[in-house]
Amino acid sequence: MARQTRRNFLKHSSALAAAALFPTPALTQAAPRVVVVGGGFGGASVARALRVLDPKINVTLVEASATFTACPFSNAVIGGLRDLKAQQFTYNKVRAAGVNVVIGTATGINTQGKTVRFVDATLPYDRLVLAPGIDIRWDGLPGYNEAASAKMPHAWRAGEQTTLLRKQLEDMEDGGLVVMAAPANPFRCPPGPYERASLIAHYLKTKKPKSKLIVLDAKDQFSKQRLFQNAWQELYPDHLEWVSLSKGGKVTAVDAATMTLTTDFGKHTPKVANVIPPQRAGRIAELAGVTNNTGWCPINATTFESSQVPGIHVVGDATIAGGMPKSAFTANSQAKVCAAAVVKLLAGQAPATPKLINTCYSLVAPDYGIEVAGVYHPVNNVLTEIPGSGGTSPVDAPKDVRETEAIYAEAWFRTITSEVFG
Amino acid sequence: MKLLSAMAVAAVAAVSSAAFAADAPPGAAACSGCHATNAGAETPVPKIHGKSAADITAAMTAFRDGSKPGTVMGRIAKGFTDDEMKPIAAWLEQQK
Repeated sequence: MARQTRRNFLKHSSALAAAALFPTPALTQAAPRVVVVGGGFGGASVARALRVLDPKINVTLVEASATFTACPFSNAVIGGLRDLKAQQFTYNKVRAAGVNVVIGTATGINTQGKTVRFVDATLPYDRLVLAPGIDIRWDGLPGYNEAASAKMPHAWRAGEQTTLLRKQLEDMEDGGLVVMAAPANPFRCPPGPYERASLIAHYLKTKKPKSKLIVLDAKDQFSKQRLFQNAWQELYPDHLEWVSLSKGGKVTAVDAATMTLTTDFGKHTPKVANVIPPQRAGRIAELAGVTNNTGWCPINATTFESSQVPGIHVVGDATIAGGMPKSAFTANSQAKVCAAAVVKLLAGQAPATPKLINTCYSLVAPDYGIEVAGVYHPVNNVLTEIPGSGGTSPVDAPKDVRETEAIYAEAWFRTITSEVFG
Repeated sequence: MKLLSAMAVAAVAAVSSAAFAADAPPGAAACSGCHATNAGAETPVPKIHGKSAADITAAMTAFRDGSKPGTVMGRIAKGFTDDEMKPIAAWLEQQK
């Protein structure tokens, strides 16, 4: 969620204050009130699904930024293949679907009184859905803080950081070294660092052929690993080097002033550094008391209600969702299940046992796509992949399959953003 | 953006959408993540909402046993039994 201007906030929060002080009886008494905090793929989908499932429910979506900037495909922006504008969406169609969209920053949750707090206003709810995405753990990597991210961008929340990393690559002279630090699990978008590494390597190969990218990884294994590594060997043998944890890849500290990344095995001083730091659930989740000591949110695998605070549901990247990866498709899939469960619970009925799907496409090159898919259901309250289902694109697929999956990748983005924001 | 006026709008403007339709059997709501319900979404992925249940069941079964070539659908179809596919196909047939 991006920052907002103070003027904007006051405008919206005074409207909120008025609503809290002078509720309209016909609306507030008759209609159950659901507040959704966070307007990404998870939150906006929950809000719209609720309105369709039961138009009597009064749905308010709280989001800090008037414009949503999507993370999927933002690696193509970094690689110079796509404009950031293609990632951006407004909430006009969400409003037109009957959702009350409030642009403002929630500052806390009163779980006893069931209200969402703003600086000078409150918003009451019968059930609350949090879809806060991720926050960067600014204490997670020594030397890496908000100031350092202006020099060594993370670009893990799409927007200005995405543009900054792209500009640094464009401004770099041919021959300059690029280093990426990839985090340990769990983090948003498990294949994301490797798609990004691929598209940066593609940019270097085509625009700065004397340059090279080194990926320093805090892991030995990663999503779609064989597919990525085979493609790298084929496409980017001179432009991409991956250093695993066991080969000394884990970055233990950074120094933005000297552009230094330190590992147990040595130091790197690249011209461009993309530091993807450790993450946790978005701040409001912690304020609501729904995070545990991992920084993420345990949930009921059937209803997505918090295991810690009744009446609050959590969807998307912020959740501990068993085998489901932190992806936009997952968030959308969870949102639909959560909305159906909220409707049942408000009506005093038992929610059905759900089945969920995830599909994640990655681009290795503009005409080379790969994916991983999974089907999940709750087993002992853990979202578990159905045995025998799911998995990745075949390792030995011919070129035309990779081309088809690159086309499907873009089609997926158009389809899901059309469903959520269109 | 006025909250009260927005509430009033919310009370009257119910927009129907196959993507989020009520009482979807388990798994069915996820299909629209790739199979567009919005005519404005440009995609080569086939439209399945509104197709006959028999056609959908036949396609899913063929994806599952590998007799119908595809990319991701074979691996997704393997996550559903015949008894789970039937209500999904019947539900999809009812969607616009």
